[in-house]
Amino acid sequence: MAIDKDKLLELYTKMLLIRRFEERSADLLMAGEIPSGIHSSIGQEAVAVGVCANLRTDDCVSSTHRAHGHLIAKGGDIKLMMAELYCKRTGYCKGKGGSMHMADYSIGFIGACALVGGGLPVATGVALAAKLQGKDQVTVAFFGDGATNEGTFHESINLASIWNLPIVYVCENNMYAVTTPTSYSIPVKDVATRAVAYGIPGETVDGQDVLAVSAAAGTAVERARQGAGPSLLECKTYRYLGHFVSEEFLLGGKNYRTDDEINSWKARDAIALFGTKLMENGVLTKDKVASIEADIKAKVEDAVTFARQGPQPAPEEALEDLFV
Amino acid sequence: MREVNFMQAFNEGMREEMHRDKTVFFMGEDVQLPVFGFALGLVDEFGPERIINTPLSEAGFVGAGVGAAAAGMRPVVDLSVFGFAYLAMDQIASEAAKMRYMFGGQVKIPLVICGIAGIMGSSAAHHSESPHGMFMNVPGLKIVAPSTPYDCKGLLKAAIRDDNPVLFFQFIQLGLLTGAIPDEDYIVPLGVADLKREGTDVTVVAIGPMVPKALTVAENLAKEGISLEVVDPRTLVPLDKPAICASVKKTGRLVIADEAPRTCGAAAEIAAVVVEDEDTFGYLDAPIQRVTRHHVPMPCSPVLERFVVPDEGRIEAAVRKVMGKS
Ligand SMILES: Cc1ncc(C[n+]2csc(CCOP(=O)(O)OP(=O)(O)O)c2C)c(N)n1
Ligand SMILES: [Mg+2]
Repeated sequence: MAIDKDKLLELYTKMLLIRRFEERSADLLMAGEIPSGIHSSIGQEAVAVGVCANLRTDDCVSSTHRAHGHLIAKGGDIKLMMAELYCKRTGYCKGKGGSMHMADYSIGFIGACALVGGGLPVATGVALAAKLQGKDQVTVAFFGDGATNEGTFHESINLASIWNLPIVYVCENNMYAVTTPTSYSIPVKDVATRAVAYGIPGETVDGQDVLAVSAAAGTAVERARQGAGPSLLECKTYRYLGHFVSEEFLLGGKNYRTDDEINSWKARDAIALFGTKLMENGVLTKDKVASIEADIKAKVEDAVTFARQGPQPAPEEALEDLFV
Repeated sequence: MREVNFMQAFNEGMREEMHRDKTVFFMGEDVQLPVFGFALGLVDEFGPERIINTPLSEAGFVGAGVGAAAAGMRPVVDLSVFGFAYLAMDQIASEAAKMRYMFGGQVKIPLVICGIAGIMGSSAAHHSESPHGMFMNVPGLKIVAPSTPYDCKGLLKAAIRDDNPVLFFQFIQLGLLTGAIPDEDYIVPLGVADLKREGTDVTVVAIGPMVPKALTVAENLAKEGISLEVVDPRTLVPLDKPAICASVKKTGRLVIADEAPRTCGAAAEIAAVVVEDEDTFGYLDAPIQRVTRHHVPMPCSPVLERFVVPDEGRIEAAVRKVMGKS
């Protein structure tokens, strides 16, 4: 392993933080404390963390309806996130955005877009600005497999290719768009092959292996930073929960995925796999895991307390922020 | 007569029209395993050839609906959420709406585009759109906005049988609202308003989810001796101008309630229709009042959302204002 020990521990800790944050917020949603719906990224943590490990604070990230993991991986403040889930004035977007529309411009998190594919052109424009401004800043656009069937995916990548923009398109292929499997909706086995049509590199990696994701993303980010143009990175992964947290309830428990399939992915859990590897290498010990868990638990509970104690926005604040 | 909810009424309308006419088919994202009840069980009855799952490609599959309609089918295209129509705007506004006219009347486009509109509750800016008024600005589109299960089923059947593109708004707040529908086949013709309550003091023209709210206000104010007439246009294009004007002539006072944003919306159009009508204008005893969503994107917070969405209190305040009792 070429990466140093601290960096490895950071990757592990970030993945675990995402997992625990998502678990806690899903519980709070089901308990009726959180008003807005949540699309949980449990199972997909290695993609967000592996990609963002290659980014600087001034690099930019755009995200989707399933945004919590990306924001945490980019260095987002889970207090502000939790408060936004509670729709409090103290949240990231003053209660206006909720789960699907978080943003933190101070760390280059240019926003989560709930309309599938909507973030790609915007991210492309952020990369265009970086190029026009002569910055060596890189932009990453996260999106799902479903988004690759939208025109915005194809138009964005074509633009980035002909303009040679510093951007990495990261597809989190979790094999489903709501109930629709990629085997039905996408006629090629790997989304990455779609890069061929636009003359840019396309690579498929195991999205459950955080080091594989990090290495592939590192190559693509470096390429973008050097002015060599965009890349498409496909990470094969899986969401453990329903499309949204309360899916079981709304779809009447009807399943579009088999237990076997779900269990086979859980058997390759990214956090467990990486934890085992780090233990084998002596980077991690049982005690260390326990202390990381305790630390994360305290942080998440702090965030919940912060969210609970925050004030509600005043009704008239609804009229603010429309124009500058 | 039977009691059904709004979603069941839509579902029944779909089933009956698909049995009656083999050219009718239904397509959209996840329609074979739908999240809401509108399309529940359709695939079991009609199979995946007529209940077609689409990838996330709104511009593509809405446009495919336009083409299939031009070629002799009667597609019902489900956007799932009406805000997603913006991805298909070109196909709706430039193709579906204009083809017949541009091509000198050679082609007809018997297409229905449906989707959930309105406020699901803390779903924020991208999932709380009520864009019916926006589409009124596009010549060539019919627009249906039912408020009861009876109207939903009857209007859906009329929309499917219509030879023009029809946008069908399923206001989600009404989804579980129940009402009686007849056992026999019926349609509700496009362009005919319905008097949901007769009254003499103030006309309230209410659209979609504002209808039950207006009826609640009417009930409350009746106790004070204020008599509201609630007119439900049911379709915004064509708009039943004579019915609206007749009611205003009777009451002399008009409040228009629409949960869409205010500027250039359906409420603005209805107000303009009334004041433009020479016959009706002279009957107005007070300035017209609009009750609409505040003109901002929908915020996620329940506190903010409640403020933005027009409620019974705002309808009542508008009624008192036109009566000079604010
Ligand atoms: C333009 C648009 N169409 C439909 C939807 C409804 N919707 C939300 S997420 C989703 C599936 C997205 O699938 P994918 O891109 O694979 O992301 P995943 O949910 O798997 O993370 C759909 C259909 C939407 N939000 N926006
Ligand atoms: Mg997916």
